[in-house]
Amino acid sequence: MKACVTATSTSLDAQLDPRFGRCAYFIIIDLDTMQFEAFSNLAQAATGGAGIKSAQSIVDKGAKVLITGNVGPNAFNALNAAGVEIITGASGVVRDVIEQFKQGKLTKTNAPTVGDHSGMGGK
Amino acid sequence: MIVTVASGKGGTGKTSIAVNMALSVGNLQFFDCDVEEPNAYLLLNPELHGTEPVYASIPMVNKELCNFCGECSRFCQFNALFVAPEKILVFPELCHSCGGCALVCPQKAITWEKHQIGTLKFCGVDDLTLVYGELDVGKPLAVPIIKAVKNHIAADKDAIVDSPPGTSCPFVETVRGSDFCVLVTEPTPFGLHDLKIALQVLKTMQIPFGVVVNRAGLGDRKIYDYCNDQNVRILMEIPYQRQIAELYSKGVPFSVEMPEWKEQFQKLFDEIKRLTKK
Repeated sequence: MKACVTATSTSLDAQLDPRFGRCAYFIIIDLDTMQFEAFSNLAQAATGGAGIKSAQSIVDKGAKVLITGNVGPNAFNALNAAGVEIITGASGVVRDVIEQFKQGKLTKTNAPTVGDHSGMGGK
Repeated sequence: MIVTVASGKGGTGKTSIAVNMALSVGNLQFFDCDVEEPNAYLLLNPELHGTEPVYASIPMVNKELCNFCGECSRFCQFNALFVAPEKILVFPELCHSCGGCALVCPQKAITWEKHQIGTLKFCGVDDLTLVYGELDVGKPLAVPIIKAVKNHIAADKDAIVDSPPGTSCPFVETVRGSDFCVLVTEPTPFGLHDLKIALQVLKTMQIPFGVVVNRAGLGDRKIYDYCNDQNVRILMEIPYQRQIAELYSKGVPFSVEMPEWKEQFQKLFDEIKRLTKK
């Protein structure tokens, strides 16, 4: 199964990026083999709909789990429609976060954790 | 003749000058195209005669035909479409109604449905008609509402159009098709900065224009130097005067209480007519 972690750079030693729609990088990790692919988030500078575009990117890459800091309402609805499990409130190094997830220490969210446009610096 | 009153900079007195001109001249149509904050009615105190919803077209996906290929989502520059392996979501508040998704859909699965984005209001006071639009909160598109307001301009009567501030799409859409544009500015560095941008837009659109300096006496002389250098006509100056400001603060058009200004605004309108030869 593939999980996506939002990250500030492109390796498993990167810090988790707490934003979803406007994170710097996505790291898609095969949880069985720990093989991963990192790619930059094309929605980071989108004028609008960054959460939706980001959701589209990771769903297209086959992610079934998203591990991040927060998700906004549009991203939540999109990911939910695609059946992606959404884990929020995670922080630290990507490799450790994955380990915490595997050990069942992270919990999924059933609602958006922030309002619109919170990744742009507002609240 | 259609005269638009615009400014670039916000808060220079567009609405005040548009309303005073309309009341002074009389027997014309007034359109408030500042659909994000239409407030000319506060000065005009008109009677509301009716309302009409304004719609934008948003995509409706036929789930029988859609094969979730994702072409629409990839095409959409506004990220208004999300395609999951077996689901498709439309986010109406992001859609700009460009129609591109329907063009690129290989399955021809996309048709259109109406999505309300605002309301038109039809009013009257004495021999003036007022039409204004209100954009719904949270909707991104002012331009379709401005178009809807302007659709009610009748050719057989003079029209005064109050523009939103700024110099981007809403201003461009408002001033499009005008015979003349009055640019209201104030003698400050901020007034001058935005006046320069507005002038460039009007020159590009080949719309004749003139400047009204509001709050004259405030600030510096740079507006005058600039207009002189650029051969821009200054049509009128309104002094920075306590009585005018006090009337404005009470929502009273100053020409009503200061009849000498009624004549000034009539002269202004006649001058614009002469310049446009209408």
